[in-house]
Amino acid sequence: MAEYYKPIPVPQPESEYYWKMAKDEELWLRHCNSCEKIYFYPRDICPGCYSRDTNWVRSTGKGILHTFSIVYRAPHPAFKDDVPYVVALVELEGGARIPTNLIEVEVTPEKIKVGMPVEVVFDRLTEDITLPKFRPVQVSPL
Amino acid sequence: MSKISGTVAIVGVGESDEMGVVPGKSALQHHAEAAYNALEDAGLTKDDVDGLFTARYSPLTTAEYMGIRPKYSDGTWIGGGSFEGHVFHAMAAINAGFCEVALITHGQSGRSSRIPALIDDQGFAHGTVSDSPDPNQPPLQYEQPYGLIGPPISYAFACTRYMHEFGEERTRSALAEIAVSTRKWALKNEKALMKKPMSFDDYHNSRWIAWPFHLLDCCLVTDAGGAVVVTSTDRARDLKKSPIRVLGAAESHYHGMISQMPDYTTLAAKETGKRAMNMAGVSHDDIDLTMVYDAFTYSAMLSLEDLGFCGKGEAPDFLQDQRTAPGGDFPLNTNGGGLSYTHTGMYGIFLMIEAVRQLRGECGERQVDNCQISLVNGLGGIMSSANTLVLGNHE
Repeated sequence: MAEYYKPIPVPQPESEYYWKMAKDEELWLRHCNSCEKIYFYPRDICPGCYSRDTNWVRSTGKGILHTFSIVYRAPHPAFKDDVPYVVALVELEGGARIPTNLIEVEVTPEKIKVGMPVEVVFDRLTEDITLPKFRPVQVSPL
Repeated sequence: MSKISGTVAIVGVGESDEMGVVPGKSALQHHAEAAYNALEDAGLTKDDVDGLFTARYSPLTTAEYMGIRPKYSDGTWIGGGSFEGHVFHAMAAINAGFCEVALITHGQSGRSSRIPALIDDQGFAHGTVSDSPDPNQPPLQYEQPYGLIGPPISYAFACTRYMHEFGEERTRSALAEIAVSTRKWALKNEKALMKKPMSFDDYHNSRWIAWPFHLLDCCLVTDAGGAVVVTSTDRARDLKKSPIRVLGAAESHYHGMISQMPDYTTLAAKETGKRAMNMAGVSHDDIDLTMVYDAFTYSAMLSLEDLGFCGKGEAPDFLQDQRTAPGGDFPLNTNGGGLSYTHTGMYGIFLMIEAVRQLRGECGERQVDNCQISLVNGLGGIMSSANTLVLGNHE
């Protein structure tokens, strides 16, 4: 494997489970038992109602594109070979919003629309880290 | 009007001796030159200063470099609009009797810094990834691995949502109006980096940085310093220049990284604008000059909506036909803005410097007629913070 210079997440105490499950190609989010909010990023205390009564729930991995940008000027040399690429914010079923890349799509504003349905795919970076990314929902041919 | 309104005044403003591309000076030199010039403008000396306010650079280092031993020290760093916040904080400290002469300084070599790994306003490392700071910072786990890094991409990301809600063509026309009108003001400011006129075609044909942003939607990156001196209105009466009173001030912030912004078409200015104007007891019709933080064309247009000059989604109508340009009926960012005058990384101090000069009638060719009240809106972080001031030249 070629050397990888992009930032690689370093799991933290509150996010270890998130990254462990992403490695197994599952997307898990925090859920508040008091206000029922599902939120991203993982925090032990609910940022909505400040309850400590929170747990993990598995996301369906389906959502809609809330907003995006197409990057033409790499923000760091490590991304120079990737431009143009799409940074995106996906609103998952249940309401949490997750920053990600939109992949498997023609990279042009004509083909990428806010509100389009998307689904999670997993991009394995290292032994320990797999990044959840998203692609347009694949419509199976009749 | 609140009883604290008008109790303190800005009595001195200054920039560093050289601005723009200044590879021969450090950020601390820019701090010190600007502070020297602002104190001279006020008719005060370093020994009069008993409150020191700065952002990003440690107050310890800044005070040491300038030989200041403050009684009151404030290093609040909530992005490029921190300096408007420092005025708000100085207002509280001076009224409480904790200090009397507050020096607010900024210096940054955004363009020519010799630091190999640039750390931006959010603490993101831009030089070498391995130099990234504390990985417990949420952006390092959740945004940077995707190449969602730095202000241009993050602000563009927000602008796409506005386009979706209010129309892409309408939004584009508003962005272009801002870019072009701001350049016209810059041509009247000899300190502005940009010296050539910009046509609408220049705007639309400039290269993409991060769609929907062209190059000309993005601010400059420069080297400069700026400083502002604040004291009680009582003390201000005996100083060199006529005092510019702080009539209203307010502060808030909603999020740190862009993916946590609650609503991509609403800034915290929606609250701070109201609070600052309530403190001042003024309405929109009273404002003669509006100075908003234009890190990007989008942040400038959105600020006008959230400050209440027009309704949500209405900025494209409000901005039509170059009404914010010289000769228009709504003077905006008359120094040429972060887009065409200077933007060091944390531009907020320069908004106040221009507002004060306009209120004193010192702006020559770009002077706004009968300028008595100015609204200044600092923005910071990744559309994170808002610090709004209302300044006035009445006794």
